[in-house]
Amino acid sequence: MLRLEKRPQPSQFWTSITPVLAVLTTMLAGGLMFAALGKDPFLAIKTIFYDPLFSEQFASYSRPQLLVKAGPLILIAIGLSLGFRAGIWNIGAEGQYIMGAICGAAVALSLYPLDSFIVFPLAVLAGLLGGLFWAMIPAILKTRFRTNEILVSLLLVYVAEQLLASVSLGLLRNPEGGGFPGSRNLQQYDAVANRELIAATGMHWGVVMAFVAVIAAHVMLSRHILGFQIRLAGQAPRAARFAGVMPKRLVILCLGISGALAGLAGVFEVTGPAGQISIDFNVGYGFTAIIVAFLGRLHPIGILLAGLLMALTYIGGELAQFMLGVPAAAIQAFQGMLLFFLLAFDVLSNYRLQFGRREVA
Amino acid sequence: MFASIDLQLLLPALMIAATPILLAGIGELIVEKSGVLNLGVEGMMITGAICGFAVAVETGSPILGFVGGAIGGAALSLIFGFLTQFLLSNQVATGLALTLFGLGFSSLIGQSYVGVKPPSTAKLDLGAELPVIGPILLRHDVIVYFSLALVAAVWAFLRYTRGGLILRAVGESHDAAHALGYKVVRVRILAIMFGGACAGLGGSYLSLVRVPQWTEGMTAGAGWIALALVVFASWKPWRVLLGAYLFGGISVLQLNLQAAGANVPVELLSMSPYLVTIIVLVIMSADRGKVAMNAPASLGRSFHVSS
Repeated sequence: MLRLEKRPQPSQFWTSITPVLAVLTTMLAGGLMFAALGKDPFLAIKTIFYDPLFSEQFASYSRPQLLVKAGPLILIAIGLSLGFRAGIWNIGAEGQYIMGAICGAAVALSLYPLDSFIVFPLAVLAGLLGGLFWAMIPAILKTRFRTNEILVSLLLVYVAEQLLASVSLGLLRNPEGGGFPGSRNLQQYDAVANRELIAATGMHWGVVMAFVAVIAAHVMLSRHILGFQIRLAGQAPRAARFAGVMPKRLVILCLGISGALAGLAGVFEVTGPAGQISIDFNVGYGFTAIIVAFLGRLHPIGILLAGLLMALTYIGGELAQFMLGVPAAAIQAFQGMLLFFLLAFDVLSNYRLQFGRREVA
Repeated sequence: MFASIDLQLLLPALMIAATPILLAGIGELIVEKSGVLNLGVEGMMITGAICGFAVAVETGSPILGFVGGAIGGAALSLIFGFLTQFLLSNQVATGLALTLFGLGFSSLIGQSYVGVKPPSTAKLDLGAELPVIGPILLRHDVIVYFSLALVAAVWAFLRYTRGGLILRAVGESHDAAHALGYKVVRVRILAIMFGGACAGLGGSYLSLVRVPQWTEGMTAGAGWIALALVVFASWKPWRVLLGAYLFGGISVLQLNLQAAGANVPVELLSMSPYLVTIIVLVIMSADRGKVAMNAPASLGRSFHVSS
C-alpha cells in the first residue's frame, strides 16, 4: 500500500528538482504525442530543444529570438508570481497586456510624426498605466464588493480582445493603410521604435525591463517588508492579519504591480517585435506566463530560467512546425502538459511517500 | 430598432444560446457542491466540442456526437480529478492547467475538421402547430429538453436523495464526512467526472447545434461564464437555469441588434455578455453574506486523511 504522509515543511530538495523532472516527463509524453501524430519523436524533441540553440543552420537566427520571446513572459510572470504567492489570482494578464499595448500605441500614434526623445518614455508610461488600470478593475471589485478576481480578470480578457479589434479597425487604424485593419508600424516611427540594443542578441528595452523586474522582485521578496507580507499572506492568512498585513491593500498592490508589468510587456512588444496594433496582436503571452510563474516556483530566479525555457519551446515549436510539419497547437498542448506534470510532481515536495500501512496508535 | 426583432424567433434562439452554458453550469454546480473548485470548465467544454464534432462527423450521428463530447469532457476531467484528489495539487492552478491544455489539445485534434459541416441535429416536434407556445417551446432538439430535465434531476438529487446528502456533506466538511465513513475522494472523483461530462456535452452542443462548425477557441469564454453562473445561482440548480436563460437572452439580443444595424458599436455589443456577467457577479457578491453562506464550506480545500 502506497500512502502519503505530510511533511512538516516542504522539502527544499524536491521543490527545486520537480521542475526538472516535469520537463523530462513532458519530453517523454510529448515524444509520445509527436509519435501519435506520425512524427519521429526523437527528431521532434531535438528540433524543439536543441536545434534553436546549437544547430549551425538555425542558431544564428533563433538565439536572439530567445530573449525576444522570453522578455514579455518573464516580465508578466514576475508580476503574477507576487499575487500567486499571496493567494491573489490574477488570471487576466493577457487582457492587461493588450490594454498596455493599446494605450502605449495610442499615445505614440497621437504624437506621430513628432520626433522627440520624449515620445518613447511617454508611450511606455501609457502602457504601464493601461495595464495598471485594467488590473485595477478586478482589484477594486474584489476589495469593495468581494467579487472573485479570477473570474473578473479573466472575463476582462475577452473585453480587451474586443477593444483590440475595435481600435485596429477604427481609432488606431493606419490612415495610409489602404483600409486594412491594423495601425501604423511603430518600428518605422523612429522616436518610439523599440529596437535591438545590442546587435544580434534580441535584447530590447522590454528584456532589460524583465531583468530589472527579476532583480527588484528578488530584493523585495527577500529584504523588504512588503515581500514578507506577501509570503506571509499566502502561507498563513490569519497570522498575516495579526502581523499587520492589510489584505485589501495587498490585493490592490499585487494586482497593480502585475497589471503594470503586463502593460509594460504589451507596450514593449507593440513598439518592438510586433510593430503594430492588429486584431491578432496578442499571442497568449499572458496565459503562458502563468505556466512560467509556476514552473519557476514563483521565485524570481526560477521564473527567469522558466521564461527562457518556455521561450525555447515557442522557437523550437516554430522550427518543428516549419521543418517537420508539427501543428502549432501541439506546442500549446505541450506547454499545458508541462504544467500538469509540474503540479503532479509537486506532491513530492509537500508529502513523503510511505510504503505499507499506517500503524494504528 | 426593436421592432425588427421577432419574439417567436428570439425565444427559441435564446434557449439554444443558453443550453451550452446551462449544461456546463449545472455540471460545475455538482462539482462545487462536493467541495471542489474546477476552473477547467473552458478546457473541458472545448475538448467536448471537438470530440463531439469529430464523432458526429465520422459516424454521421449527432446523438453519438453528443455522447462522444460528454465522454471527452469526462476523460479530460479525470486528469484534474487525479491531480487534485490523489496528488493533492492546488485546485486553482490545476484547473487553469486543464484549460490551457484543453485549448491546445482541442485545436490539435481539430486540425482536419476546420470547414467541415456537421450532420444536422433533428428537432423534435411535440406539437409545433399550437399557437405561440408551439414554435417557442415545443420544437427543439433533444438536448434542450435533456438540459431542462437535468436541472430538475440535479435539484431532486441534491434535495431528496441519500446520494445528494452525502455529496453535500462531503462539500461542507470533508473531515466530518470522512469520520462518518464516506469515501470523500471517491465522491469527489465522481462529481468531477459528472461535471466534465456536462461541460463536454455543452461544448458539443456548441459545435454541433449552436454554431455549427469547428473553429479553434470557439468556446470564447463560455466556460468562464458557466463558472460565474454558479456564483450567480448561489449554488442552487433552478437559479442556474434562470441565469443561463438570462445570459442566453443577452447573447441572442446583442446578435439581433448587430444584425438589425443598431446604432451601437459592434464591438460593444460583442463584449456585452462578458460585461453583463461581471456586473452580475458584482451584484451577487456585494450582497454581503448571502452568497458566502451558500458556498460549500470546503470549497477549494484539499482533502488528506492525516491532516
